[in-house]
Amino acid sequence: MAETLKFHYDVDGDNFTSAGAASVEVKRKLRQLGLDAETIRRVSIAMYEGEINMVVHARGGSADVYVDKDGITIILADRGPGIPDIDLAMQEGYSTAPDNIRALGFGAGMGLPNMKRYTDEMKIDTVLGQGTTVTMKVFIHPANV
Amino acid sequence: MTVRGLKEALDLSAFALPEGDRDVRGGYAGDLLSWVMGRAREGDAWLTIMSNANIVAVATLADVSCILLCEGVEPDKGVAGLAAEKGINLLGSGRSVFELSALVKELL
Ligand SMILES: Nc1ncnc2c1ncn2[C@@H]1O[C@H](COP(=O)(O)OP(=O)(O)O)[C@@H](O)[C@H]1O
Ligand SMILES: [Mg+2]
Repeated sequence: MAETLKFHYDVDGDNFTSAGAASVEVKRKLRQLGLDAETIRRVSIAMYEGEINMVVHARGGSADVYVDKDGITIILADRGPGIPDIDLAMQEGYSTAPDNIRALGFGAGMGLPNMKRYTDEMKIDTVLGQGTTVTMKVFIHPANV
Repeated sequence: MTVRGLKEALDLSAFALPEGDRDVRGGYAGDLLSWVMGRAREGDAWLTIMSNANIVAVATLADVSCILLCEGVEPDKGVAGLAAEKGINLLGSGRSVFELSALVKELL
């Protein structure tokens, strides 16, 4: 990859049925690019969790994905309520998801921990009442190419 | 063993079987989608009682070989069609998650 590839998606906040569509699309693109399975898997998990969080907790948002020779950068931005206590939100099992969302299988409180675990870098910028931007980076390890 | 082989051996009902020749490499049982995303391995059979559309995206991203709906649960309206369209094998059984897990494990 000589240059940086860019993908942009709008993530619909009202539609739980199609939630994850952007992540599925990115996975398909990374496969076409011939990236190794483990890198694709890590990106898929991290981006899906972030995408679901925007749908469940922030009424949707946008996803921008950049791919270059070093790795994949995922930027998820929303204009939701923001995260009051990031340390608390990062704890395994912590979730504010309502019952109707839990009934669908979401709300395990493992999203942010999974995002951290499966990426090489993760940064959360959040302002209460204004929104949250999560930036994640997955390096393409030379051994995996 | 292939997904189709599993279907025959365990008398599963097929709601969608677009990729019957896929190899079943192992298994994972669970209903919390974040756990499945994070823990299921490529090629696993995923045993669950979750029947909503989101299981199709999770199965696609986790790259499992099939979804096995246990306890006689049927997919929600439109989910079988979605699975077929997305190339996800979706099968069902009247057995409990525990029983079906044990049977799948024995066959692998
Ligand atoms: N984009 C977001 N906007 C607002 N709050 C969020 C966002 N992402 C996560 N959170 C908060 O952090 C908590 C933990 O997130 P996560 O680990 O993904 O668990 P879950 O989504 O299962 O609740 C959520 O319950 C929610 O309170
Ligand atoms: Mg989450």
